[in-house]
Amino acid sequence: MNFEPLVFWISGIFSVVGALGMLISKKAVHSALFVAFTMLNLAVLYAVQSAPFLAVSQVVVYTGAVMMLFLFVLMMVGVDSADSLIEDIKGQRVLAILGGVGLIAFFIFLTGGSIYRTVVGTQNVDATYGGNLQGLAALMFGRYVIIFEATAALLITAVLGAMILTHRERIRPKKTQGQMAKELFSKGDYKGPLPPPGVFARHNSVDTPALLPDGSIAKNSLPDPLVARGDISPVDYDDLAEVQIISEGLGLVSDSETEEDK
Amino acid sequence: MSPEAYLILSAIIFSIGAMGVMLRRNAIVAFMSVELMLNAGNLAFVSASNTWGNLTGQVSAFFVMVIAACEVVIGLAIIVTIFRSRRSASVDEPSLLRW
Repeated sequence: MNFEPLVFWISGIFSVVGALGMLISKKAVHSALFVAFTMLNLAVLYAVQSAPFLAVSQVVVYTGAVMMLFLFVLMMVGVDSADSLIEDIKGQRVLAILGGVGLIAFFIFLTGGSIYRTVVGTQNVDATYGGNLQGLAALMFGRYVIIFEATAALLITAVLGAMILTHRERIRPKKTQGQMAKELFSKGDYKGPLPPPGVFARHNSVDTPALLPDGSIAKNSLPDPLVARGDISPVDYDDLAEVQIISEGLGLVSDSETEEDK
Repeated sequence: MSPEAYLILSAIIFSIGAMGVMLRRNAIVAFMSVELMLNAGNLAFVSASNTWGNLTGQVSAFFVMVIAACEVVIGLAIIVTIFRSRRSASVDEPSLLRW
């Protein structure tokens, strides 16, 4: 049983649907996925037309490499760069659709009924070379070897061109980490870690302010929400004095004592 | 299947690609449409190869694929460069040559 018409109708309709989806979807990412879908269906059509090597390389080169490169650039350029719907040239959209439909009509007029030939199929040619891949290789490295070499040169040129086009000349030298840190801290606002709340022996909650050496409150040791609510526990200086006395009474060496000892 | 069916399918995909180039403003989508047109050409090549029992069509399709890959590399590099300097991938905005 010949499956070719069935495959043609399914894959052909799918590929046209994919192409139309690319045309009408607003987001560029959706367009890319629709194009990948179309290309996969075209690969199926190649396979059914006795071109297995081209089918595989269609999948590998187009859906694998080219469309992924497109998606990569879409990520770089911005996924959400949707098309603007304002027409710059008046009636451009209508004219473009008319032109496309005219192109389809022209091609159908051109091809319709012009080929009375029955399909020969490549199986005879494949058989003389020992297979489709062998036949392609014999042509590519035989009759068309100059073109093959030219495509090699073209690929190298494309790589160099891409490198040159995307290369950016550095105008000023790159900043070192030290320079960046200095720049950050010379602006005035403090970027280091904030002081922890002053937690003493008698308090262990965060609403206890930390004290600076002169006994005043360190403002940034307090959590902002607590300050906004006014839930800051007041500093009990009597308590602090008591702590000082206890520590001295326990025989801890204080500055005044050492001076007296001398 | 008759070769006309493949040629007409190829023509339809080609024309949709051409419409995409004319309609879409995003440079990347316009570029995808060009890829679609190249693919339609490949389909015509392959079906011609099958119709005439000659492998040259498949070789041509293969070379078209290689050239399309080169073209994508260069085109996307140009789009990235333009995006870098203009912050936009719209084909309408770089219209400095207009005046």
